[in-house]
This record gives sequence, structure tokens and C-alpha cells, in this order.
Amino acid sequence: MTPVIRLHEAVSLSDRFPLLAGVTLEVAEGEVVHLRGPNGAGKSSLLRACAGLEQVVSGVAVVLGHDLCTDRVSVRREVGLLGHATSLYDELTVEQNLRFAVRAARAAESGVASSIERCGLGGRLRATPVRRLSAGQRRRVAVAVLVARRPRLWLLDEPHAGLDADGRDLVDELVREASGSGATVVVASHELDRASAVADRVVVVSGGRVLEDEGTRGESRTRAACAEEMPGAAARVSAMETGVGGREGRDVA
Amino acid sequence: MWRDALLVAGKDLRIEARSKVAVGQVAPFAVVVLVLFGLALGPAVGPGSVLHAATAGLFWVTVLLATVLAVQRSFSLEASDGASDGLRMSGLDPAGIFVGKAAAVSAELVSLEVLLALVSSILYGRHLAGVALLLASAVVATVGLVAVGTTYGVVSIGSRQRETLLPLLFFPMAAPVVLAATKCWEAALAGTPGRGTGWLDVLAVFAVAYVAIGAVAFGPLLEDA
Repeated sequence: MTPVIRLHEAVSLSDRFPLLAGVTLEVAEGEVVHLRGPNGAGKSSLLRACAGLEQVVSGVAVVLGHDLCTDRVSVRREVGLLGHATSLYDELTVEQNLRFAVRAARAAESGVASSIERCGLGGRLRATPVRRLSAGQRRRVAVAVLVARRPRLWLLDEPHAGLDADGRDLVDELVREASGSGATVVVASHELDRASAVADRVVVVSGGRVLEDEGTRGESRTRAACAEEMPGAAARVSAMETGVGGREGRDVA
Repeated sequence: MWRDALLVAGKDLRIEARSKVAVGQVAPFAVVVLVLFGLALGPAVGPGSVLHAATAGLFWVTVLLATVLAVQRSFSLEASDGASDGLRMSGLDPAGIFVGKAAAVSAELVSLEVLLALVSSILYGRHLAGVALLLASAVVATVGLVAVGTTYGVVSIGSRQRETLLPLLFFPMAAPVVLAATKCWEAALAGTPGRGTGWLDVLAVFAVAYVAIGAVAFGPLLEDA
């Protein structure tokens, strides 16, 4: 089966500063991948490159059949990116934001109402301007936009950030449902246990490279289980994530 | 492209209807500028006065300044909370985004120009003659100004330093439009609209050229924003 994401020695630069320093990674359709790594490791850059927001200047980068080295715009309609910012319009209501996003993506508007309810934004919140919402509620709206758009590839950058316990559970459920319906999901998260619990595979990123690629479905594990089987890698990941130690990245894929 | 343009224009106008920035900030600013021109060049009004002779030019300089504010406002919507990424990820045709944003700002500015024409007529004692030419040149000039403004406005997304670049880039490119629009209005206000039709043709050429350039250049500029 053709992978949804196929990166080989992919390099992305920003003002000559390397965002990705030769990433090699393949993600299959329907797979849920958890990206781990310390701050500044390149997780967000990797997601943004897959979304076509960062230019890949060398290597191979094919996402959903689109060659990102030559055309990074076409892929965007098929990808849903939940970044650090919510990318919402403050003056529009929750429903108006969703309808605009869905129409822009040429997705079916029938999913708007159900997405609003699914994300706990029904009732009076539906007609509330986004500027009046709390940060957590705004995050829920951004998640609802993603659900309503129904992209083939979900790229989630710290999706649990700013959400309460119910919101975090909701994100996990939505990830499982998306995967179950055939969508591919890549999650960058510091919520290690939570993200790993829904992931089929854990990929560790450091220095703009893939440092460790844990494996495929069936090998999914918690941090404790990981420590049992890969004590060295688990220790290195823990050290990096707590800002202690770490090392230059290398490709292991 | 047209579908996307309608979607973007509708969204921008809906936001404006709720926030009322054009009504509450841009229009008062423009009226204040007209008053300041009056104070600087007055107090004499009516035939033979400086204000009477310069009404058309002062009107279009005021519109030029208001255009900068309106365009900056239009793109500040896209910069809040990282919405510029949202615009790029939306899947909208860049040419459609350009046309939609330009159409929304044009609609706001044409409404503003009606108000400013009445205010300048009262303040400077100038009778609004040649209304057909006034309206036609106002619409075409607004399209030209907004096309340039929207093209450069996208550069200002998400960067405070770039915001100050907008007037610097915009004013030189807008100068031919302001000149031609002023000549049209001078001819109309003088009751000799026939002398202004040539300038209306010039305005139309610039408007078409700027819209075409903007539609092509907007996508690459949005990617670099």
C-alpha cells in the first residue's frame, strides 16, 4: 500500500536555519503516529512540512500522493492541521467559523451541526462569537473545524494543550474514530501516556531528524513497557523531554 | 475562483458588520483628515479659495489614507491568532481570496466615499456637479486603489515590521490612480465632465492592470507572508 506520508532525507530550511535536517519517515493509511521529542526538536516543523506550510528543499517528500518539493499547495485541502494557534475569526460565531472552514475546503456542510454537538459546543455556544470564548473553548472550536472538514490526514500539534480532562478525552476519542474511518493521524504531544495510548507507533524526533522509530501496530506501548524493551532509547527520550542530556539526532528509519 | 471570492467577501463583510471598525474608526479618521485640511488651507471657502480649487485632490488623498487603514484592517483579521496559516490551509484559491478581500474593502470604501463627498462639499463649499462621472470614476479608482492595497496588504500579515511597509509600497503604486481620479473629479466638479472621460479611461487601464497583477501575485505573496 502506498504510504500516506513518505519522507526520505527531507530537508526544510527557514532563513538558512534547518527546520528539518534529513527526516526519513513513512506513515501508512489509517495509522496513528505519536511524535515525541524535546522542545525545538522539529515536531511542529515536521507537521507543518507535511501540511505544505514549510518548503522541503531536498530529499523526497510525498504526502497523499502530492510531491511537496514541487507543489506544496495542492495537498492542503486534504490535510487538517491543528497547530498551536486556532486560526479562527474572533468576530464570527462558532457555527460561522465552522461553515466558512467547511465551505472553503469544499467539504459537506452536513457535518457542521454534528461536529458542534460532538465537541460540546451546542446550545448558546453555537451562536457565540469566538472572541467571547475561553482558550479551552476556542481549542474545542478548532477541533470541531477539523472534525467537520473530515480531512484524510490529521496533523495535530499538542492537541491536548489548554483542554480540560473532558476535552482531552474527546480529542483521544476523535483520533480513534478518525483512524477507524481510514484517516491517518500524526500527533505531536508531550502528553506521553495519553498520546501513546491512542498511537499505533511512537516516533522520536530530535535535531530536525527522526531519532527513534518504534515500530508498527501491535508494538504500541506505554512508557513503562517501552522502558522494558528499549531501556536506552527510553532513557534518552526521558532525558531529552526533561531537558537533561540528549544528543544530536540521527536517522534510524 | 468566483465561489471562493464570494465566500471570502461574505466572511469579511460579516466580520465588519459585527465589529464596525470601518464605521467606528476608518470613517471618523477620514472625516477628521478632511477637517484638518480645511483648517490648514481655510478658512476661506467657495469659488476662488484654495479649498475650492483643491477639493478633488484633498478628497482623493483622504481616500488614499483611508484605504491604508481599511486594507490593514482586512489583513489584521487574517493575522489574529495565526489565522494566516488557516487561510493558507483553507484550500481557497489565492486569486479568489484576493478578489474577495478586495471586493469587501471596495464596498466599504465606496460607502465611505459617499460620506466624504458630502462632508467635503459642505466643508469646502463645493457643489457636487457631474455626478455620473464622479460615481463612475470613484468606483473605478477604488477598484484600482484596493487592488494595489490588497496585493501589498498580504505582505503585512503576521509581522509588525511589515505593517509599516504597506504605505511605503502602496503610495507610489497608487499615485497614478489618485492623479487620474483627481483629474476626473476636477472636470466633473467644474461642470465639464467631457474633459474627464480621458482620465476615466486611464483609471480603467490601471484598475484592470492592478487587478490582474494582484490576482497573479497574491498566491506567491501569501506563501511568503
